[in-house]
Amino acid sequence: MKKILILFAHPAYQKSRVNKVLIKSLQDIEGVTFRDLYQVYPEMDIEVKDEQKLVEEHDIIVFHHPFYWYSSPAILKEWQDLVLTHGWAYGSQGNSLKDKLFLQVMTTGAGQETYCQQGHNKMTIRQLLAPFEQTANLCQMRYLPPMIIPGTYAITKEEVMKHKENYKNLLLGLRDEKINLDDLVNKQYFNEYFK
Amino acid sequence: MEQGGFFFQALVYLAAAVVAVPIAKKLGLGSVLGYLLAGILIGPFLLGFIGEEGQDVMHFAEFGVVMMLFLVGLELQPSMIWKLRRSIFGLGGSQMGITAVIIMGIAVAMGFAWQTGLAIGLTFALSSTAIVLQSLNEKGLMKTEAGQNAFSVLLFQDIAVIPILAILPYLAIEGLVSESSSAAHHATTWVEGWAIWQKTILTIAVITTMVAAGKYLISPMFRLIARTDLRELFTAASLLLVISAAILMTMIGLSPALGTFIAGVVLAQSEFRHELETDIEPFKGLLLGLFFIAVGASIDFELIANQPTTIMGLVVILVIVKFIVLFIIGRIFKVGLDKNMVFSFSLAQGGEFAFVLLSFSTSNSILPTDVANPLVAVVAISMALTPLLMLFNEKLIQPRFGTKEIEKEGDEMQEDKNVIIAGFGRFGSTIGRFLQANGVQATYLDLDPDNVDLLRKLGLKVFYGDASRKDLLHAAGAAEAHLLIVAVDEPEKTKEIIETANKHFPNLEIMTRSQSFLDSYRYIDMGVDKLYLEFFDTSLRMGVDALCHLGHRRHESFRASRTFRKQVMKFMTELSEVHEDKSLLLSEAKKRMQFLEQSMLQEKEDFHKEKDHGWDASQQINEFGEEKLEV
Repeated sequence: MKKILILFAHPAYQKSRVNKVLIKSLQDIEGVTFRDLYQVYPEMDIEVKDEQKLVEEHDIIVFHHPFYWYSSPAILKEWQDLVLTHGWAYGSQGNSLKDKLFLQVMTTGAGQETYCQQGHNKMTIRQLLAPFEQTANLCQMRYLPPMIIPGTYAITKEEVMKHKENYKNLLLGLRDEKINLDDLVNKQYFNEYFK
Repeated sequence: MEQGGFFFQALVYLAAAVVAVPIAKKLGLGSVLGYLLAGILIGPFLLGFIGEEGQDVMHFAEFGVVMMLFLVGLELQPSMIWKLRRSIFGLGGSQMGITAVIIMGIAVAMGFAWQTGLAIGLTFALSSTAIVLQSLNEKGLMKTEAGQNAFSVLLFQDIAVIPILAILPYLAIEGLVSESSSAAHHATTWVEGWAIWQKTILTIAVITTMVAAGKYLISPMFRLIARTDLRELFTAASLLLVISAAILMTMIGLSPALGTFIAGVVLAQSEFRHELETDIEPFKGLLLGLFFIAVGASIDFELIANQPTTIMGLVVILVIVKFIVLFIIGRIFKVGLDKNMVFSFSLAQGGEFAFVLLSFSTSNSILPTDVANPLVAVVAISMALTPLLMLFNEKLIQPRFGTKEIEKEGDEMQEDKNVIIAGFGRFGSTIGRFLQANGVQATYLDLDPDNVDLLRKLGLKVFYGDASRKDLLHAAGAAEAHLLIVAVDEPEKTKEIIETANKHFPNLEIMTRSQSFLDSYRYIDMGVDKLYLEFFDTSLRMGVDALCHLGHRRHESFRASRTFRKQVMKFMTELSEVHEDKSLLLSEAKKRMQFLEQSMLQEKEDFHKEKDHGWDASQQINEFGEEKLEV
């Protein structure tokens, strides 16, 4: 059984309708460690050693966050800046993350159709997530196609529940190694796996 | 048996209570049943320690009911009563009316005159405020929907007693021998012989005066008394207040219970609310206990033995009629089934007012004594049965429903009691205002009457009282609260509060303001883990600003202060272990401070050794680049 670390970041969690549903009861899944970063570090005072130790104890690292200005909320960037240190995460001596899986679970306000050359966001989500993908690569992690919960400005309850179910199945599938990683190679988004 | 003397009486009553109540509680029967059994035991028919004078004791002890209504009033904001108006008049009115009519019908069918029937009907429609409220309180059901409904009905009945007493004399039947003595507490009122409209005007005037006095007179008076710092004087004043309200009401022909209830509601807003509650509570408890004992002792077993079927039959009819009427009304008012059960079982008995009304009826030639006496027995037995019926409901009927009333949903009577702030000076009030700005209403307690007065003028709901007293903490809601914030500025007081809270409310989370390191060590010894050194954050902020003023980078200085704070807090726990030994404490503290200073200085110079070296590129430069830039 693989161990999963979910690093959740939402600075205005109390106002998020979708994420409240999505993260509910995540910590009850066996093998999953759920970590609400803004709750652990209200002053953004990330304890690097603690975080590195946690990461080392897990096989799959998940960033779960809303899409803010084509990136993550600030605390996740701070987390990357401080925790992914040279000599630990990368560099000739930095092998701590080698062969771990990296996954992003992300809510976007706009619909997925706006993320293309013709749409007003001009680029696809995958293109915009390139920094995360390359960070994972540099740290010798395997970047899985991200799971997107798009269009949250106008989402229905049924859609949220569907996403929640997919999310759970995804976690269970990765945890129990029931998902064949080779099946994901040509997928842009994890969502396609459940179609 | 020689029964001379007050002390012998006191000995008998107290001993009976002290023996019987714990046993009854242990058996899960509740205190009310314990008192009643104690009364039966020492009554004229078993041990015979008390005889006829039990009646006088009962009249005296009825004052416990009056005090209880004062306390109930204290818990109720006027707005709450307005909210309850539908259940008071709807539930209460229909219960009184329908029950009275049905019982009157039964009485007439048994061959009584309609006047007698109506008197019995009205008398039996009343329930026992004392037994019901005490039992519901003990089971923690007072603030549930069922408890509130029961309370509304009881309140209506208390109001209804006044017109009933007015009507009864007109039901007199010619030819019945009138007893010489008329009911004692209606012999002397100011309003005897007044017209209805005069009485009404007087009543309104008196109640208005009470409201005004409560607002403008009583608070300053209590403040004055609080300033004397004499605990017993405050208690005396509280008792004086309750007794005056009761006597005033009796003088204008209202029930004393109603009077003190109004006084309670008037003072529900006052800063002395919790203190009053705490002071009156023990008297109420003792008097109520005495009252229950007297009820138990007054059950006339000789009479029951002479006509057992009649009396037991009447008890059964009384309980069943009242239960069914309550249950149907509960349904009509859409009370959930499980709650309706609690509501109906709790109110299905005759009340203490029945004793008054029955003797009033006999003296007004409505009831012959040989009818009234068995009826007194019926009421007493039905009262004694109530705790058993409630127990029956709780153990055998409620388990059949999925949800238990105890999971209380309707917290309507309760204000938000989640946080208690003890000490509301400049420190506590800052916390309080911050919480308030975030929508959290705390209960504030302060010991300085002048300060309380000032803060009240600023619109803050502060109560006067000593938070190191268990009963006061309890009255402030410590049993249900999540958090106690100790913000008083007296280290000794702080210690006392923590001790009380630890001892009596072990589940209550405590946050403590500390004024010095030495105090902090003591608090840590007492198990406090949420400590707030009152000067620490401010002085560090000042330190940061000082550094910035000297040209240090702001963000860096801020982060350094955070590290410093965390480290010092960690030291404090370690140092608390050696704080008894002054010299050891000094040397240990010195060692740690030096270490902290050195390591922070080193980090500053040797940036890559700092924990945040992800922000430093020197290692990467070493591995991937070459140093071309002179720093």
